[in-house]
Amino acid sequence: MSWQPTTTHQARVDRASLLKTIRTFFEDRQVLEVDTPLLSSATVTDVHLDAFHTQFVHATSGKPQTLWLQTSPEYAMKRLLCAQSGPIYQICKAFRHEGQGRYHNPEFTMLEWYRPGFTHEKLMDEVDALLVATLACEPADKLSYQRAFLTHTDIDPLTASQSELVSALTHHGIDISEPQTLNTDSLLQLIFSLVIEPKIGAERPVMVYGFPASQAALAKVNTHDPRTADRFEVYFKGIELANGFYELQDASEQRKRFEADNLERLSMGLPEKPVDAHLLHALEAGLPDCAGVALGIDRLLMLRAGATAISDVISFPVANA
Amino acid sequence: MANYSTNEFKGGLKIMLDGEPCNILENEYVKPGKGQAFNRVKIRKLISGKVLEKTFRSGESVEGADVMDTELAYLYTDGEFYHFMNNETFEQIAADEKAVGDAIKWLVENDVCTITLWNGSPITVTPPNFVELEITETDPGLKGDTAGTGGKPATLSTGAVVRVPLFVQTGEVIKVDTRSGEYVSRVQK
Repeated sequence: MSWQPTTTHQARVDRASLLKTIRTFFEDRQVLEVDTPLLSSATVTDVHLDAFHTQFVHATSGKPQTLWLQTSPEYAMKRLLCAQSGPIYQICKAFRHEGQGRYHNPEFTMLEWYRPGFTHEKLMDEVDALLVATLACEPADKLSYQRAFLTHTDIDPLTASQSELVSALTHHGIDISEPQTLNTDSLLQLIFSLVIEPKIGAERPVMVYGFPASQAALAKVNTHDPRTADRFEVYFKGIELANGFYELQDASEQRKRFEADNLERLSMGLPEKPVDAHLLHALEAGLPDCAGVALGIDRLLMLRAGATAISDVISFPVANA
Repeated sequence: MANYSTNEFKGGLKIMLDGEPCNILENEYVKPGKGQAFNRVKIRKLISGKVLEKTFRSGESVEGADVMDTELAYLYTDGEFYHFMNNETFEQIAADEKAVGDAIKWLVENDVCTITLWNGSPITVTPPNFVELEITETDPGLKGDTAGTGGKPATLSTGAVVRVPLFVQTGEVIKVDTRSGEYVSRVQK
């Protein structure tokens, strides 16, 4: 394996220039840059997110302590918000213990920001402004998750049964063994990734909102249509670029979601994950009404450069890190 | 044969699918931020030659296929089998018509072909990229026509038919690109 970087000098210059543009963008809007730890005593419970962990042998308890590398700075940043930080952003490394690919490296750079007083709708407009400022693209289209499915498939994602989704896979030529063992959300995600994503956001970014409530993650459930969550994702040229929420404030609901995740983990034979007590205590103290979003900087760089692989914008991807 | 996890998938890996050995052409990791990870794989079935797309759950394992390529010289056909020989060990292998497939029209004695073996038996024969064959029949072309005005069909000694320029005549030996089936040049005897 070569010792040399996989990036060109120009790609490194572009990264520095992009970071400067982002910092100016937030400075102009009086959003404060913050810094939170990469290592944490707890981690996410999401069934499909896996965190790296390590042992801290110098803990004051005298016993080795498991520390987790963050999959995003969300929990720590929410603790700052609960401590009246006001609007904040962070550019940091995030780690996901998963495969590598054209768009994936297990260690990557993330931009995450939170806006007290914003709904997810208002935050979508700000994401749009950032994309126009960094990609010089046209303003984004907005599209509901349900509309995206109804336009590009015959499925209503909010009412379709598991067996309807399984037959839709076949109809769209997706050949996977034992599709009936996939749950509704995985089937929807598979159809979204392989059928819908290639057809949307080709010319300009598209913001897809109103995900099914079962995929709410840390978003509020929509008050008008409780079948959906106030969550959005941004797609552009086949790249999933950002994920945002109108943030769940209810601590007991948050605890329930963590516990439900862990139950699902157990049923799938996956290990339970430690629930972040600091986050739950912070939510009990009170999270301001706010919206937040995480955006992949490396993918943003790919779009700026028209790169075909993430290794074109990361100097030492995991295969030669 | 070893099993391979989707993490090990890459172009060129040979795996078993529906009881048939396959070659992975392309592998793409698909992982929505909040969703399950999949591998979207483009595969060529090595016996039928069919190319298809298949989706695997990431982390899934599949059986590897004991497939290897060998370079063997074509010797002769006895009408039923096509016989090839390893020029170093002199070991001989017989391939049936199904394994030879379309390569049949490009087999030239002593030319070294790539024979793909599955569990030791030939499943495909790939001829060299270029072969030299004699024209056994073609219409006499118009004299003086040297421009490529579409050419004319010519039958070669193996039965293959290729389009050749009008100035090329019966009895001449030509070089053909077996991948495209196109005429390349005349060969001086």
